[in-house]
Amino acid sequence: MPIKILMPALSPTMETGNLTKWNVKVGDAVKSGMVLAEIETDKATMEVEAVDEGVVAKLVVAEGSADVPVNAVIAILAEEGEDVAAAAAAADGAAPALAKAEAPKSEEKAEAPKAEAPKAEAAKAGEGERIFASPLARRVAKDKGLDLKSVKGSGPKGRIILRDVEGAEAAPKPAAPQAAAAAAAPAAKPAGASDEMTLKLFDPESYELIPHDGMRKTIARRLTESKQTVPHFYVTVDVELDALLALRKDINDAAPTSDGKPAYKVSVNDMVIKAYALALKAVPDAHVSWTDGGMLKHKHADVGVAVSIPGGLITPIVRKADEKSLSTISNEVKDLAKRAKDRKLKPEEYQGGTTSVSNLGMFGVKDFAAVINPPHATILAVGAGEQRAVVKGGQLAVATVMSVTLSTDHRAVDGALGAELLRAFKGFIEKPMSMLV
Amino acid sequence: MSQYDILIIGSGPGGYVAAIRAAQLGLKVGVVERAYIGGICPNWGCIPAKALLRSAEIFHYIEHAADYGIKAEKPGADVAAIVKRSRGIAQQMSQGVGFLLKKNKVDLIWGEATITAPGKVKVKPIDGAPKGWLPAGDFEAKNIIVATGARPRVLPGLEPDKKLVWTYFESMVPEALPKRLLVVGSGAIGIEFASFYRDLGSEVTVVEVMSQVMPVEDHEIAELAKKRFEKAGMKILLEAKVASLKKGANEVTATVELKDGTKQEIVADRVISAVGVVGNVENLGLEALGVKLDRGTIATDGLGRTNVPGIYAIGDVAGPPMLAHKAEHEGTLCVEAIAGLHPHPMDKLQIPGCTYCHPQVASVGLTERKAKEAGYELKVGRFPFIGNGKAVALGEPEGLVKTIFDAKTGRLLGAHLIGAEVTEMIQGFVVAMQLETTEEELMHTVFPHPTVSETMHESVLAAYGKAIHI
Repeated sequence: MPIKILMPALSPTMETGNLTKWNVKVGDAVKSGMVLAEIETDKATMEVEAVDEGVVAKLVVAEGSADVPVNAVIAILAEEGEDVAAAAAAADGAAPALAKAEAPKSEEKAEAPKAEAPKAEAAKAGEGERIFASPLARRVAKDKGLDLKSVKGSGPKGRIILRDVEGAEAAPKPAAPQAAAAAAAPAAKPAGASDEMTLKLFDPESYELIPHDGMRKTIARRLTESKQTVPHFYVTVDVELDALLALRKDINDAAPTSDGKPAYKVSVNDMVIKAYALALKAVPDAHVSWTDGGMLKHKHADVGVAVSIPGGLITPIVRKADEKSLSTISNEVKDLAKRAKDRKLKPEEYQGGTTSVSNLGMFGVKDFAAVINPPHATILAVGAGEQRAVVKGGQLAVATVMSVTLSTDHRAVDGALGAELLRAFKGFIEKPMSMLV
Repeated sequence: MSQYDILIIGSGPGGYVAAIRAAQLGLKVGVVERAYIGGICPNWGCIPAKALLRSAEIFHYIEHAADYGIKAEKPGADVAAIVKRSRGIAQQMSQGVGFLLKKNKVDLIWGEATITAPGKVKVKPIDGAPKGWLPAGDFEAKNIIVATGARPRVLPGLEPDKKLVWTYFESMVPEALPKRLLVVGSGAIGIEFASFYRDLGSEVTVVEVMSQVMPVEDHEIAELAKKRFEKAGMKILLEAKVASLKKGANEVTATVELKDGTKQEIVADRVISAVGVVGNVENLGLEALGVKLDRGTIATDGLGRTNVPGIYAIGDVAGPPMLAHKAEHEGTLCVEAIAGLHPHPMDKLQIPGCTYCHPQVASVGLTERKAKEAGYELKVGRFPFIGNGKAVALGEPEGLVKTIFDAKTGRLLGAHLIGAEVTEMIQGFVVAMQLETTEEELMHTVFPHPTVSETMHESVLAAYGKAIHI
């Protein structure tokens, strides 16, 4: 019997992935544990290892195919002693062979993944994702010109049912029918303007269209959802860094060395992570996540650290940052950031978390407001530490000052509570020894 | 004193299903019952009534055996044996409920319950505790579910007396067949008894205050039912009410006020009062706790919660439709909500109704009239049994399947069936509505041949002008 290799689910939430690379070709002998292919999910690139042994009879999904559904057949192995050609042929009946960039001909093929074609239609997000919706909801959505991808299902297991699409109509239409969009354009581009409308505004010779990768789509989806559904509230405070900088120097000077390299080098950001984690523990009412059913009060400060990587960003998580030493946090962040840049993070290393820190200080940014990454209720945006003139005891003085802005989900963390959290944070930063006890 | 996660007052279809579901979820649960294990449904309602109606059906078939080429002596109805069979089945079902509760380790408490405070229930002793049940006493529970059901409504002047004026209790266990029977009310209970006694040979008159029999059903279906009842020899007076009853030694003279204001005297040996049921809300301590009532039943949200935290109500006592399957489903939802499972509240429009009169009637969703009132533009499909091979072969060529669609969306708004075995078929449309199919999926569905269910398919096709066998 030919063995089918299926698209693996690399995380519990993964629905599709991009098959970026095949490490084997037809005719190769495969041993258990061998790396067969590389799969790119929304946030990371992972390797698919062989479980069974055999000879590659057929690569069903072409290298570079985007949005391959989980559990789709991606390759066929012939078992030992089995004829490779026969296995491939036999498997053809089971899994339709996939054309590379050919237009799908039947409904069955339309469901199957297709190779990424750098054309306009390839830019449509999430093509091929299966949407669970009742037939009635589908029809009503179609009649209204409503995109089911923009509708949140309230039926069993998130299935979209009639009331969801009926409700979607009442809301201001993000996915307005084209006629309505045409009326609104071109003066101001509405949020849900179609690709066609956007492209019309530019001379076709004047741009290059780069298809979105999984990460870009995820950033777009999640942050749009955040800004549309989470009522953001912002609190800003200035903190003085001089004491912290002095302590940092002492700590780093005291680092033991091996082969001439210090065992750790704590950064200001590492200390910000620690101070923020301790502040959340000190103000537990602000350490929460909103759910409709009730308030999630978190017990451990799992702090996501926004890391800019080519093509986007990712927030690996420092778990229980409140309980970890500065050197541990520092080394962990370095390791996570490096593997994030290589896109080698495991899903459990970037999914979850109870809050995030985003630092643009290294770019000289003075102050900014970050978008909350649900289900977090807070995110701390950190600006540059710079020498500023401050007034101390009626006298003008110079101090190293950093502005931080806390974005809160107002459903979960009210303004005063956010201010209290920042006051606690300021306390830890300005009296940094308190972080060490 | 025992501390329960959930204490349920009443072991009827709502209560016992809730108890079993709670036990499945690992909750410590107790049930208080004061009279019938399993409640009215298996003891004095759905099940024994179906047993009686089955006897009437068999009698009817034997009477018409010649139609099927069978020679049979003229059958006789042995009322005592029919009742004995029905009671045996009731007993078996009631014991089954007791067995299921014990199997699920539900504590069974015998007595009359009162909620003395949130979380506290006092059970007063009553005689006749079954073996293995806990005695009365004081109990504590984090959550209390009121599942006390309903009882026959009593109209002034029509008070049941157990002898001449019956409720469903006495109607279920006649000592002899009344020669002349007056049935007041043509809802499910009234019309089922009317059918039963008519099929066995009683002269039956039905008085209904509304303008159609089975007032909740689609008018067209009700009209067809009325014709069939009249053809079977029943007398039906619509928009009529019993103005007074004069009781004799062994007969009753009823003065019935007709639609045109004239009065008619009807002499009957027995009267069945089937003018609806009312919720058992009394003596539970609800008033003192401030539990809100709505038209004689307990007001709840879609998950059985009353206005008082920790107190829930399900089934008949929580409002219409007063049907066992509604109670069962509410019981499940209520317990799952207590357990924090976030169930979806029930859509009451998708609760089917079945009446086991002869012919049977079954329906779900909006009637044609209600759908029009709601402003829908309709596509209505009708398919008669005469166009269905299986129905004709069964000797049941009289029946109709009516389907009502929203012309704009293809949503199935309602389905109304009359004829043989329709109570077993309606679930097909209920599933369709629950899954939100449109006419298209129903048309694409392959219905098995030869079955009466093909009439369902044809009715959908008919709504869109595509019916084949008509």
